[in-house]
Amino acid sequence: MNLVCNLFGSSIGRKFIMALTGLVLIGFVFGHLVGNLQVFAHPDKINGYAHFLHSLGPVLWLVRIGLLVCVGLHIWAATVLTLESRRARGSEPYGVKTWIQAVFASRYIRWSGYVVLGFILYHLAHFTVGVAQAGTYKTALPAHTLTSDYHVLGFTVVPAGTRVHDVHQMVVLGFQPPLVSLFYIVAVGLLSLHLLHGMDSLFQTLGWRNASWSRSLRTVVTLLCVAYFAGSLVIPGAVLTGALKPAPAVKTASAQ
Amino acid sequence: MVAVNTQKLFSVTLRVWRQAGPAQPGKFVEYPAKDLNPNMSFLEMLDVVNDELAAQGIEPIAFAHDCREGICGTCSCTINGKPHGPGKGVATCQTYMRSFSDGDTIVVEPFRARAFPVIKDLVIDRAAFDKIQQAGGFITARAGSAPEANALPIAKGDADLAMDAAQCIGCGACVAACKNASAMLFVSAKVSHLGLLPQGQAERDRRVLAMVNTMDALGFGSCTNQYECSAACPKLISHDFIARMNRDYVKASFRSAFKAAPANTSGGGA
Amino acid sequence: MATLNSKIPTGPLAEKWRKHKTEIKLVNPANKRKYEVIVVGAGLAGASAASSLADLGYKVKCFVFHDSPRRAHSIAAQGGINAAKNYQNDGDSVHRLFYDTLKGGDYRAREANVHRLAEVSVNIIDQCVAQGVPFAREYGGLLANRSFGGAQVSRTFYARGQTGQQLLLGAYSALSRTVGAGAVDLHTNSEMLDLVVVNGQAKGVIIRNLVTGVISRHSADAVILATGGYGNVFNLSTYARGSNTTAIWRAYKRGACMANPCYTQIHPTCIPVSGDYQSKLTLMSESLRNDGRIWAPKKSGDARTAADIPESDRDYFLERLYPSFGNLAPRDIASRAAKRVCDEGRGVGTTGLGVYLDFADAIGRLGEPAVRERYGNLFDIYHEITAENAYKAPMRIYPAVHYTMGGLWVDYNLMSNIPGLFVLGEANFSDHGANRLGASALMQGLADGYFVIPYTVGDYLAGQKSGSRPSTDGAEFKQAEDNVRGLSNRLLATKGKQPVSYFHKKLGKIIWDHCGMSRTKAGLESALQKIPALREEFNATVNVPGSAETLNQSLEKAGRVADFIELGELMCRDALTREESCGGHFREEHQEADGECKRDDQNFAHVAAWEYQGDSKSPLRNTEPLNYEFTKMSVRNYK
Repeated sequence: MNLVCNLFGSSIGRKFIMALTGLVLIGFVFGHLVGNLQVFAHPDKINGYAHFLHSLGPVLWLVRIGLLVCVGLHIWAATVLTLESRRARGSEPYGVKTWIQAVFASRYIRWSGYVVLGFILYHLAHFTVGVAQAGTYKTALPAHTLTSDYHVLGFTVVPAGTRVHDVHQMVVLGFQPPLVSLFYIVAVGLLSLHLLHGMDSLFQTLGWRNASWSRSLRTVVTLLCVAYFAGSLVIPGAVLTGALKPAPAVKTASAQ
Repeated sequence: MVAVNTQKLFSVTLRVWRQAGPAQPGKFVEYPAKDLNPNMSFLEMLDVVNDELAAQGIEPIAFAHDCREGICGTCSCTINGKPHGPGKGVATCQTYMRSFSDGDTIVVEPFRARAFPVIKDLVIDRAAFDKIQQAGGFITARAGSAPEANALPIAKGDADLAMDAAQCIGCGACVAACKNASAMLFVSAKVSHLGLLPQGQAERDRRVLAMVNTMDALGFGSCTNQYECSAACPKLISHDFIARMNRDYVKASFRSAFKAAPANTSGGGA
Repeated sequence: MATLNSKIPTGPLAEKWRKHKTEIKLVNPANKRKYEVIVVGAGLAGASAASSLADLGYKVKCFVFHDSPRRAHSIAAQGGINAAKNYQNDGDSVHRLFYDTLKGGDYRAREANVHRLAEVSVNIIDQCVAQGVPFAREYGGLLANRSFGGAQVSRTFYARGQTGQQLLLGAYSALSRTVGAGAVDLHTNSEMLDLVVVNGQAKGVIIRNLVTGVISRHSADAVILATGGYGNVFNLSTYARGSNTTAIWRAYKRGACMANPCYTQIHPTCIPVSGDYQSKLTLMSESLRNDGRIWAPKKSGDARTAADIPESDRDYFLERLYPSFGNLAPRDIASRAAKRVCDEGRGVGTTGLGVYLDFADAIGRLGEPAVRERYGNLFDIYHEITAENAYKAPMRIYPAVHYTMGGLWVDYNLMSNIPGLFVLGEANFSDHGANRLGASALMQGLADGYFVIPYTVGDYLAGQKSGSRPSTDGAEFKQAEDNVRGLSNRLLATKGKQPVSYFHKKLGKIIWDHCGMSRTKAGLESALQKIPALREEFNATVNVPGSAETLNQSLEKAGRVADFIELGELMCRDALTREESCGGHFREEHQEADGECKRDDQNFAHVAAWEYQGDSKSPLRNTEPLNYEFTKMSVRNYK
């Protein structure tokens, strides 16, 4: 079918796929960050939130698979386009080549991409699968009993008294090794850089960008990326500086 | 008044790419360029150097050039790592020696890309651009069939924007500057020029699909939205046209997949 | 002696073309594909001809020496294209465009050809708009016009300062479409080096591939040359460096007559020469004269800067001499006026060869943004070349060679005296007489290609048996190929000391000095001594490095300069024989008291068509009388 050929076989089609998947992933990372910032509230918040997400069951898996497909397509498109572009450049390199105006973030988008990929794998191993740092993984920690209801859109989704995994504790303990936190900080820094070019770029690829508002777009994108970096920085930063401490171990029994 | 012939003369060293033919290996060779007038154009400087080389029995440096006023798109050197040299919005032929200083070493190479093979020294083969045009860079209008010109008013803004795109001189600097050797700026300029005009609507989808697919088939790279192309373009054609083409291409792909097709496209009849 | 039958149709002027189109022979659609037509050159005329003929169904082979058909020098035309649309409601008509063009050409063009040009001018605009040429428009969406030299109406259509580019890209897109459809077989990097004449008819060409050096033979039922003008004979000109006379010159040597070679146009508004290294003169569009005022200091040797010269010491000489046309006087008249001013020692700039083109009034009246909107790119070009800001100080301009009205002789069908050889655009002599008006070259190129040749080539081909194209193995093809090989071998074998550029510069100086803006008997006679000597020197001492089997730009140049040397001699001969002044041809012996051209309609109301007689013999001067049935030959008056 022509449509499939054009989307998966042409340079613009692949860029389109990259932009669309990028858009989904941007939505995810921002949502993910906002959710995680609940760590600064009472442990009931983030623990109730995590419990709620897990209670979604098949929906959670659908979202997870969707995200994995996006990551996969994003990486596939990037890889294929990169290989083609290298080939297109030809075998004889320039003796001298200067950049004229490409922004810093765009020059290193591939490198930031590689590190971000490494980071995602570690992050999943750390907080989702529990392979890395298994000792502080949520299943190894005592359960948490909610002291208040957890609401979504005004509906109580997890009532007070429910015993849930102590994600709050996992996050705080997980970031206590300075090396882990530093790696995390460097990686979100690079992810922000990746987004700085990627967010701006997706408007171009989807054909929405033009000179009459490209400066405003650039400003908004830059502010979002700075906000993202700051938001992602404060969690390990607060743990490292001791501003965020493990909650006193009041609950003893493990979660069901 | 400008003292044209009393300018202080100066000298530079050229580090030029020499390559005897498409299949032969090339290398950089240094030549002195002496007693240059700052008002000389870069190509006039090459003329002078070439006459000196010929006098010494060395084959002159082959370089492409023609109109020498920045409109034909023939000239094509990468000078000190930038296609068409240091100036903004000018071609190599509009680069003047006053842009350089006494004692400079100037590195001169061809535009490089797999789709632009070197023919000799600084001369490259840009036939790929013609092939993209042949795939769809036109509005089909046979001589004799045109309606009255003013029968179709076109908003000044649209006509002006189309003209911005139509200014492309087909030199290939966009490809040369792009780290991916992408031809997106060139193709998008033509797609946008014709796509912005009401006359170009009938073939709009067909055009963008054919031109982009031909571009890909010819081995150009993809766009990573760094905009080196528009910065290197001697006509400063905006990369906004690339965005426009991206949109056109995806729309056309969807439309061609879902639009009802006529059962019989042939003429026939008695 | 060549027979020069102009084949002008009978009947009233305005009916001739229509009548002719209904009377000429046709080739039926099924038979068209059996005929093969070679088109050499893909500028406005060549590209439009090749695509139009392919659309009709002929098999077309198109050869261009550039790496792409989009590079032809039509692309550099800045100002615009004339058409008698009368969109401005200012009294324009086909007849007025015809009359202005004929008068602008100083009554040395054929009435019938010029009238046809004016008639089809309106179709050209329609055709170009349909192709997507982005002409300038009014806010209401309709087409805009501007005025140009030699006319009192606004009939010039334009696309910023890049009209030629946009028209050429339009023609190139049509050509690309037909190439993509397989209807035109396009050969780039292919230079025509000889014409093959079989049984007195043009039946093929010899082509050298400039990249591989391969020489090939191509046969056809008809050959069309659209290879442009020969202004590079002057070395310094507004032409592209590659523009050359080789194709038409080699056709001349095969028997095609060269008409009025001395008619060359010197454009008044070019950037002055700055040094002897210079390779190219850059034109500042004539459209600048709409708003710029041309002046020079009143006193000779006035060394003050322009800003320091008060109004009272300035001479706006075009406004003074030609009050009704002012700064928009025709090109030949404006150029000579500037030359006279400089000859009086009133020129400006370090060389003293320049006059001012001043926008101070326009900027005062319209504001700088409006001037920038109209002419911004031209001001930018001026800045790049001179490093001067023309918004602050006036531009310096001086005349430069810009166009050649002369070219191969053609009849009303655009066919030369060799049957089957058609010549279009600047390469022919037909429509501009002794001087071309601004914005008329683009008009002629496209008229020939889109609207004339599609009819007239059919008239010739209908008389040829289909499938009668000769084989390229024939003796004529072999002889022509041997001729081409011999020529390049001789150039490579000379191994002298002087680069080709040395000869080109020397030739250019001879022609500029003696056959340029003004000509004298003594000067032309001395040129006719110097040029053969230069040819001898060239043959003995030219240095052409490299081989013929690869890209060899020195060899290309050498062949072209060799032809220019021979052509230059013919130009001087033509100028010497034409004992009158008309248009671009100004003989100092023949001028009015006020320095204007003095025509001699009694003895020179004719086309001089030179016929080659062999290298060692003088060429033969044939004449075609110019009969003015509908217009009175009057003295041009722009006062």
